[in-house]
Amino acid sequence: MSRNKLNLLFSLLIIGSLLLAACAAPAAEPTEAPAAEEPAAEEPAAEPLTFGVVLVGPANDHGWSQAHAEGAQYVADNLGANLILFESLNPADKPEATLDGVVDDMISQGATLIITTSDEFEEDTATVAASHPDVIFINASGDDVHTGEAGPNLGNVMGRMEDMKAIAGCAAALTTQTGSIGYVGPLINFETRRLVASAYLGAKYCYENYRGLDPADLDFAVTWIGFWFNIPGVTLDPTEVVSNFIDTGSDVIMSGIDTTEAIDVVGQRFAADEVVHAVPYDFIGACETAPAACLGVPFFSWGPAYLALAQSVQDGTWVQSWDWNAANYNALGDPTQTDVGWVPGEGLSAEASASLDQFIAGLASGEINVWTGPINLQDGSEYIAAGATATDDEIWYLPQLPEGVEGPSE
Amino acid sequence: MRPGWLDRIWPLLPVLAALAFTSVLLLLFKASPVVAFSAMLEGAFGSSERILNVIAFWIPLLLCAAGLLITFQAGLWNIGIEGQIILGSIGATWVALSLELAAPLQITLEILAAMAGGALWAGIAGWLKTRGGVHEIFGGLALNNLAIILTNYLISGPWQPPEGGSFRGTVPFGEHALLPLFDGSRFSPLALILAGTAFSIVMIALRNSTWGLKLKALGRNSRSAFLLGVSSNREAVLAMMFCGALAGLGGAVRVLSWFDSLRQSISGGIGYLALLVVMLAAYRVLWVPFVAFFFSAVLNGAIVLQLRTQLHSSLGDILTGVMVLFVLLLGDPIRLRGLRRAKDDG
Repeated sequence: MSRNKLNLLFSLLIIGSLLLAACAAPAAEPTEAPAAEEPAAEEPAAEPLTFGVVLVGPANDHGWSQAHAEGAQYVADNLGANLILFESLNPADKPEATLDGVVDDMISQGATLIITTSDEFEEDTATVAASHPDVIFINASGDDVHTGEAGPNLGNVMGRMEDMKAIAGCAAALTTQTGSIGYVGPLINFETRRLVASAYLGAKYCYENYRGLDPADLDFAVTWIGFWFNIPGVTLDPTEVVSNFIDTGSDVIMSGIDTTEAIDVVGQRFAADEVVHAVPYDFIGACETAPAACLGVPFFSWGPAYLALAQSVQDGTWVQSWDWNAANYNALGDPTQTDVGWVPGEGLSAEASASLDQFIAGLASGEINVWTGPINLQDGSEYIAAGATATDDEIWYLPQLPEGVEGPSE
Repeated sequence: MRPGWLDRIWPLLPVLAALAFTSVLLLLFKASPVVAFSAMLEGAFGSSERILNVIAFWIPLLLCAAGLLITFQAGLWNIGIEGQIILGSIGATWVALSLELAAPLQITLEILAAMAGGALWAGIAGWLKTRGGVHEIFGGLALNNLAIILTNYLISGPWQPPEGGSFRGTVPFGEHALLPLFDGSRFSPLALILAGTAFSIVMIALRNSTWGLKLKALGRNSRSAFLLGVSSNREAVLAMMFCGALAGLGGAVRVLSWFDSLRQSISGGIGYLALLVVMLAAYRVLWVPFVAFFFSAVLNGAIVLQLRTQLHSSLGDILTGVMVLFVLLLGDPIRLRGLRRAKDDG
């Protein structure tokens, strides 16, 4: 009986707190409303743009999605635009959410530009763009415009990370003492294949030209873990992959995955006086975990490209395009100035640093192109003839890893 | 002790409590609960598309919850339901990718393959329990992981799209292989009919069948049930397989109407959600469809909540999770079932 009374009391308490919450609510409302109207009041001349950005992962993943979220915020700050962000749109985190549902609501809130930031969204973006012809859609990393599949209101954007991966590979080759570099890859597709290939070609170039060593002696292996980040029981454990690379003689570990295992493990081994270094990926601050063991980090910065796109949509001057944006070599470490960049790490020796600067200057001037033939594929067939340089398509759609890289191509 | 008004409205209390709790949470984040909840309402019921979406998400949830009513009745914790949904999706996909028949025949075969896949996976868990002495929770969790690995292998291996595996999923199935959809939505009337039928069968089985009685005996006390002549092993495996078949059907609905292909994480936790639904309904059959619908509405509403308030995206999950927590705090289902029995007997 006492239990029943207790329950009743508890229920009354809850109902009471519910009422309290309901009463408190109207008080909270007016404080919010003026804040939202303020920017409009300040700049009555320009109609502020409202744009939506859909992320595949969380906005604080220290990797791919965070770079997009920061780029979106950059646009909001610099253009005075209203940003509607939606994170973690994937069937595992949100089985009930769909791209069309999210986009419909963004548009009902006034969005005239929608950016979907993963190749996971490529097909759905094309479909939803067709049903909203008045709204501009941008799919980052996709190629629908290039292949001619895109409707008139759909554009693509991607940073030329390949060049930054070549720099990363060069830094690795300039540092390795054992002549063995390990690359922790995510899953295998065109994008990841061409990034590994670029890293290898950069490494090969620098091993040969700056260190005067035979590139045939350079050992460059990739282990694909199976996804962009570790999923216990599903992917290989990147921590183990990195440890395994080090235990079998690799002294530079490059990361191609979204998370930070490479620099974490290498940092620990480095702290235990082992001579190992790492090149992390994606996030500009990735070296901070273990600065002394870090050779540098190639990163994406979506702010400048998104700002230009948003500006053109706001001005009504947007033209459909497939943008594969090269780095701004005059400001390689400044995320407000370049779409892809490179920040050198403390782990680079002075000598290596000098050679790397020379390499970067060569890339900037166009004197050096690591995609210059002869380049053979893993099966031995010729891909780029001697003296020729690869076209954008040949790089984008690289069918196999180049000869000299150990590890599966598909 | 006779059940009073308190017993009747009991399942509503956790809902109210969770709403109150979430309101306080919102106030702590300086967000208005009124704005938040009205955004959720709009997200769930603001337009006909949204309502159809809520229904479309509700169908597989209802199928799984209906299956779980059977296993719970038999005293089994079918945690492996996630894997059973996935195996259902794989079964349907296998038929969708390998056969090309007229739509009615094709869809029938897909559904049968899905139910067989789910039943098979559940049967393994049941067999492990009865023959191997592996508790169905542990067996189920292991089988869930295996199902995920199997999906990943299939979509990145034998069933990968011609342009290369991106881990996203298989190629979209042909029109003839997909469930007919209502007016460009993801809602399939056929799926709703199937779910309604399945739920009615479960209701009849539990209330008016000897099998239901056997399961009840098994759930209350498997040893005395055995002594009374109920083959507890056989009934346990059957209950698991029945639930697995319904979960598999739910998986078919996911691939054949919500998506148009087999995707990574196709179940997305719907099975776990269904466990929560049945617990929140305090194992009462008639409450299950409403609670499941409520969950679907809350989760769909939470999408718009995130878009409008830019608050953390897990608010919907927090709300549903807190509700179940309050059920466990406020209501003791066994006591409730005791009350029900008293009522039935009286």
